[in-house]
Amino acid sequence: MTGKLVVTGASTLAPLVAEIGKRFERLHPAVRIDVQTGGSSRGIADARQGLADIGMVSRAMKEDERDLSAFSIARDGVCIILHQDNPVRALTDDQVVAIYTGKIINWNAVGGRDAPITIVTKAEGRSTLEVFLRYFALKNVDVKAHVVIGDNEQGVKTVAGNRHAIGYVSVGTAEYDAAHRVPIQLLPINGVAASTENVRKGLFPLSRPLHLVTRTAPSGLAKAFIEYAQSKAVHDLIREQYFVPLVD
Amino acid sequence: MTSSGSNTLSHWSTDRLLLWLLRGTATLAGAIVLLIVGFLVLEALPVLRHVGIGRFLTDPSWHPAEGLYNLTPMLWGTLFAMVGSVLIATPLGILSAVFCHYYAPLAVMRPYRKLIELLAGIPSVVYGFWGLVVLVPLIGSIHPPGPSLLAGIIILAMMILPTIALMADASFAHVPPQYVRGAAALGLSRWATIRGVVFPAAQSGLFTGVILETGRAIGETMAILMVCGNVVQTPHRLFDPMRTLTANIALEMAYAFGDHRAALFVSGLVLMGLIVALVAAADWISHGRIYG
Repeated sequence: MTGKLVVTGASTLAPLVAEIGKRFERLHPAVRIDVQTGGSSRGIADARQGLADIGMVSRAMKEDERDLSAFSIARDGVCIILHQDNPVRALTDDQVVAIYTGKIINWNAVGGRDAPITIVTKAEGRSTLEVFLRYFALKNVDVKAHVVIGDNEQGVKTVAGNRHAIGYVSVGTAEYDAAHRVPIQLLPINGVAASTENVRKGLFPLSRPLHLVTRTAPSGLAKAFIEYAQSKAVHDLIREQYFVPLVD
Repeated sequence: MTSSGSNTLSHWSTDRLLLWLLRGTATLAGAIVLLIVGFLVLEALPVLRHVGIGRFLTDPSWHPAEGLYNLTPMLWGTLFAMVGSVLIATPLGILSAVFCHYYAPLAVMRPYRKLIELLAGIPSVVYGFWGLVVLVPLIGSIHPPGPSLLAGIIILAMMILPTIALMADASFAHVPPQYVRGAAALGLSRWATIRGVVFPAAQSGLFTGVILETGRAIGETMAILMVCGNVVQTPHRLFDPMRTLTANIALEMAYAFGDHRAALFVSGLVLMGLIVALVAAADWISHGRIYG
């Protein structure tokens, strides 16, 4: 196999697709995979206009995008975490919004102890932040945070070290850490438990599919690459980026 | 250096070779700095051109995804953390060097010095991790939320302490022994000798130590990122979380593109400016005698 594939679109997906691309290039030394970011809308536009062979889209496909062929390669799930000692076991969506916008500042307003809430949020540009803001229909300007974190592990450590903190991280990280005795709890959303299993099945509300799209039914190199990206051979890469593979 | 052209030895070919070698390495060292500054300017230029320098100071907040680019809270954060940690670390470091050099028994002196050297060698991420799991929860139990300017100052002070302690120790070692012996002959007490003779004689070395530790305090990223909370706001109290310019770059660089990315290069330029100001101020205060 020889040739070059241009892949553009969502910055969420770019690191994952770049890693998959590197592995694919190692398998087929005459192939070059060129990954560029620019957002999901660029992925759609470039694929439509033929500027890119494959577009990356980090959300569900819309009605008017039916003309493109879409292939989901993974899901991105985000869950809300609290310290294990926090007696609160669930929060409604409205309560989460009220907490993150500074309208509720004490845990006793949502059935917890009398203690000020420490709000942990993600730094600008992170996909976890994007999923969180979109689901709760928040703007980042309105979020009143006490701690801004970079990666997921830092979020878990921050919440594990503060009994009165609330944060959100990718489901994969939270599930792994909770299973390894880090004192955090994963809150359900709308009664759906936060687990990679529920993210994979598409049941967990705070999640989104990650797609590769092409203008026409893919053939040749593009087809081979998409099939490779959907195969089990890249599941370790998907987990490394804290996403959830679609099949186990 | 000034007489290299008229040097009588310069017609020797080995000297000529050395001269060009030295010119080459000096050019390389200078070029690296200029290249970095050039690169920073080049990358920052797009956003500086269509957003303007003023908005980096006057925008209501830092939300680059929404086109708001105020850097001043982070500039204050950087300055507060720097000043606080230098104020703590400098006396501690100098006094620990005094102890090590003039008061400690010989059996304590060598292991103590090794200990300080070890402190200097611990990677910053280890300090940060310790801060995150021990210091921050401790501060949080006294005054929530925990990640704060105070945590940053304490961690930074610990990190820069060995720099000033080792520099002070080295500069005490360079104080001519006849000064100290002379003071002893005059019947001065040990502390009077240190205060009246050693400190003035070691002045330039101590000053260099302060410059070095300040530079390290400004540039530190990883540990600060882990303990300061990174909320973009001007801290009004020690317990307020805040973000430094370095943390801003490290936190957002991986996922930034377009204007956001360019704005992070502006953060880098501001940091560079801060260092230039520091060096210039140091030069001015010491009348160019820092490295003397």
